[in-house]
This record gives sequence, C-alpha cells and structure tokens, in this order.
Amino acid sequence: MNRIQTLETRDLAQSAHNGGCGECQTSCQSACKTSCGVANQPCEKSSENK
Amino acid sequence: MIHQYKLNGYCIVLDIYSGSVHVVDPVAYDVIALYETTAPEEIIRQMLEKYHDQPDVTEEELRQVLDSIEELKKNGKLFAPDQYADMAFDFKERNTVIKALCLHVAHTCNLTCNYCFASQGKYQGDRALMSLEVGKQAIDFLIAHSGTRRNLEVDFFGGEPLMNWQMVKDVVAYAREQEKLHNKNFRFTLTTNGLLIDDDVIEFANKEMHNVVLSLDGRKEVHDRLRRTVNGKGSYDIILPKFKKLVESRGGKGYYMRGTFTHDNVDFTNDIFHMADLGFTELSMEPVVSAPDEPYALTEEDLPKLFEQYEILATEMIRRHEAGNGFTFYHYMIDLKGGPCIYKRISGCGSGTEYLAVTPWGELFPCHQFVGDPAYSMGNVWDGVTNTALRDEFKLCNAYARPDCKDCWARLYCSGGCAANAYHATGSIKGIYEYGCQLFRKRIECAIMVQVAQAGFTKSY
Repeated sequence: MNRIQTLETRDLAQSAHNGGCGECQTSCQSACKTSCGVANQPCEKSSENK
Repeated sequence: MIHQYKLNGYCIVLDIYSGSVHVVDPVAYDVIALYETTAPEEIIRQMLEKYHDQPDVTEEELRQVLDSIEELKKNGKLFAPDQYADMAFDFKERNTVIKALCLHVAHTCNLTCNYCFASQGKYQGDRALMSLEVGKQAIDFLIAHSGTRRNLEVDFFGGEPLMNWQMVKDVVAYAREQEKLHNKNFRFTLTTNGLLIDDDVIEFANKEMHNVVLSLDGRKEVHDRLRRTVNGKGSYDIILPKFKKLVESRGGKGYYMRGTFTHDNVDFTNDIFHMADLGFTELSMEPVVSAPDEPYALTEEDLPKLFEQYEILATEMIRRHEAGNGFTFYHYMIDLKGGPCIYKRISGCGSGTEYLAVTPWGELFPCHQFVGDPAYSMGNVWDGVTNTALRDEFKLCNAYARPDCKDCWARLYCSGGCAANAYHATGSIKGIYEYGCQLFRKRIECAIMVQVAQAGFTKSY
C-alpha cells in the first residue's frame, strides 16, 4: 500500500492570492458565542474561484 | 511546522502552513517525525531496527518513503514554510468594515441559569429592553459602516430576546426595507432559551431568521440543574416541545441546539447523544466559561475526561453517520477543501473590528462577552466607534499577535483564540486561555480524524 496518502485540502498559500474578500461570517456569530474557531467557517466564494 | 497524532486507528500528519492533511502508516509516521532532524541513512537504520519483524519494511521501501516526503516538501505540502507573518503585520493597516452586530435587545431574562456569563441577562448592570429607535439606529450604523460588504449579520441576543419580541420583528421589517435601498443582504440569528416560543415566533423565525440558536443542555436532569425559571423550576419540559415544533417546521433552514457543559456533566457526550436521539441533528455543546471558584467550573482533573469524551463523540459520530442517522457537531465541522482562506485564519473572529455588540442603550462593545465592562466601551450607534485606540488593539489581535501561540500548531485553526476568554483568564486580550486551547486542539484533532474516516481511509494500526 501507499504509506502516505494526502487528502484534498484548500491550499493556504494559494488562498493568500485569491482569498480575503471578507464576505464570510464572523466566527462567533452562529453557535458557540464563547470560543473562537475559524476552521469551521465556510468560505463565501464559489469553489471555482478558490 | 507539522503536527502528528494517532487517533482511532489513523496516523495523521497536518502540515500547518499549507493546510495539507496526510494519512500515513506507522512507518511513514515515524520517518516524518525524524525527517527534519536526522540524516536519511540514520532514519533507515532506526526504522529497519524498529520494524525488523515486518518483512515489507525494507531499505528500498524506506527510500521510497523518503522520496515521497521530499516530493511533498518540494510541492509545498509538507514542512511548508511560514509565509504569513508579514501578512499578519499588515493587518494593522487594513481598513476594516463592520459586518456583524450582536443586538442585546433584552438585558433581562426569564431563566436564572447559574452559569450565565451575562449575570442572568443583566450584564452586571440594570435590566433594560432595547427601544425600536436604538434598534433602527443600529441597523443604520451597520449599513453606513459596512463598505462594499454585502452580507450583513445581526444576532438578536440577550438576556432573552423573546422578551422584546415585537421590537425584534419591527427591526427586521426596517432592515428588510433598508437592505433593498443599499444593496445589502441581512442574515438574522435568534438566540433563545425557548420559554416564550409560540406559533407567532415559529412562523416569523422560520421566515426571517437565517439561523436560530436554541439553548438546551441535554438530559433533563442536567438541563434542569442549572437552567431554572425565576420560580426555581426546571425549564426542560416547557421548552422541549417548543424546540421540536420550531425545528420540525423549519424546512431545512439553519439551526443549532446549543448546550453548555460544566464540571457537573463532564460526560457531556451523553447530553449530545440525548439531543441526537430526540431527533435534533445540528448540535453544539460548549464548555462553561466561568470564574475558577464556581462549583460548576471545569477543573484540571476534568481535562483527561473531557479529552476522552471528545474521542467518544468522534467515533460515535462516525458510527451513526455510517448507520444513516448522523448528526452535525458544530466544533467538528471542518471543510478541508472549501474552508476559510488564510486571511480569515489569521484575522480571527472579528470582535472589536468587524463584529460589535450593541447594548439596549446603543453603546458599542467589542463583543457580547465584553458588555458591561466600562474599560471596553467603544462608542455608540449614533457617534460610531470613538475609542479607535481600542479598535486598533483588536485589529492587531490575531493569530500572530499572541506570543503564547508562536509554537502552537493549531493557531491557523483558531486564529489565536477568543479575545474575551484571554482577557478573563489573563487580563489581556493578547493572552491565551490555556484550558480552552487544550480543548480546542483536541477538538481539531478529532474533527480532522472524522473527515479522514468519512473519506474512506483504512485504519493502519
């Protein structure tokens, strides 16, 4: 078997060039209200723009 | 920087600065751990010794693993360098717009939950309801300071917002008029304890609220222990049928059942499973935020139990997903392909800059957790943000601003953590709430493991 397999993930370095539109939700606004996580925030841009 | 961990049969390697996730076998796991500090020949020697009883671990095989690692490194997917520190510095100069408000429409409550960070809705101050005039001015203020940002978020919060329900409806109607005039799209959220939910609330919330957050702590005895009415009675039996009716008629629109766990229910997964068994599928359960001397405060001794609970939750979620009765846990939601860009991952929640809380009197605070603290008053909805020094302090409060985060693998997942938690734990918004950090890191490990499992990878140990 292949000993190293890689999941498809968003390239963070690339997102420095095509991200930053600021349309995404503020992190704490939806369900927690007592902590900060950004990993679970969806990106508002359509997938073809990423 | 990389982070390696083994969980539920999977060996996982996170490459922090590229965002890559690798699923490896134990041999590759060990090779990667040595790769940056040990010469290739020495790695091969150590691996042949360690895995001498495994015939497939040969020198040739190990050289292939080393080549794969080098290839990934060359492609920026493993041991990727940190390219973002300068970007974080630029955040000081960025021109921020305001895109979300938390409207404290009622500084009063019809429950007396012991653990409430808002002191039963009063936020260490007087009881009050927001007037329609203040609510409309808040909407005008938000539109005026939102720049070209189209999606604007408004959370109706309290206390208990349903104690000022007509005002909420009137503010929504006003905002719907204004959004057409200014080419904006308002997304409303209602956070409620449920006591005053009736058919009118359900109909309106399902039409107008992008999201509703319904406070339920789980099992009846857990919920009723701390979430009592002003008469001292538990609220579970009153709210549960209301929550069920609201969610059943929601037509697929967003909602969360949102609970708080404390030292009294460190076995909080049973509360999450209880909610799932009731038929709710969108679930959130948060550790209590409290002073350490409260009887319900989480303790150091609780930590290992909580870690175990998060693992139990993850494996049970995988099992239920496969069985066709899965549910969502807010902190395990992670979209590896379509998640947030690096700007979002550095800049954080936006409190004090993009997100502000508005008191019933129209005063502005960095977020709901700072309301009532005079040192954090930022201005008001008529004059705007007048305490610009405080705003600039929050602007710089990001994943690269906190010295304690420097060597933490999780900082691009949490963006440096919650400023309010840091402030309450250390006296500074640039500190960290270490207890919360430990729970956060565990949750991210579990969240990614769930993704790996659901992507169909085979367990390797």
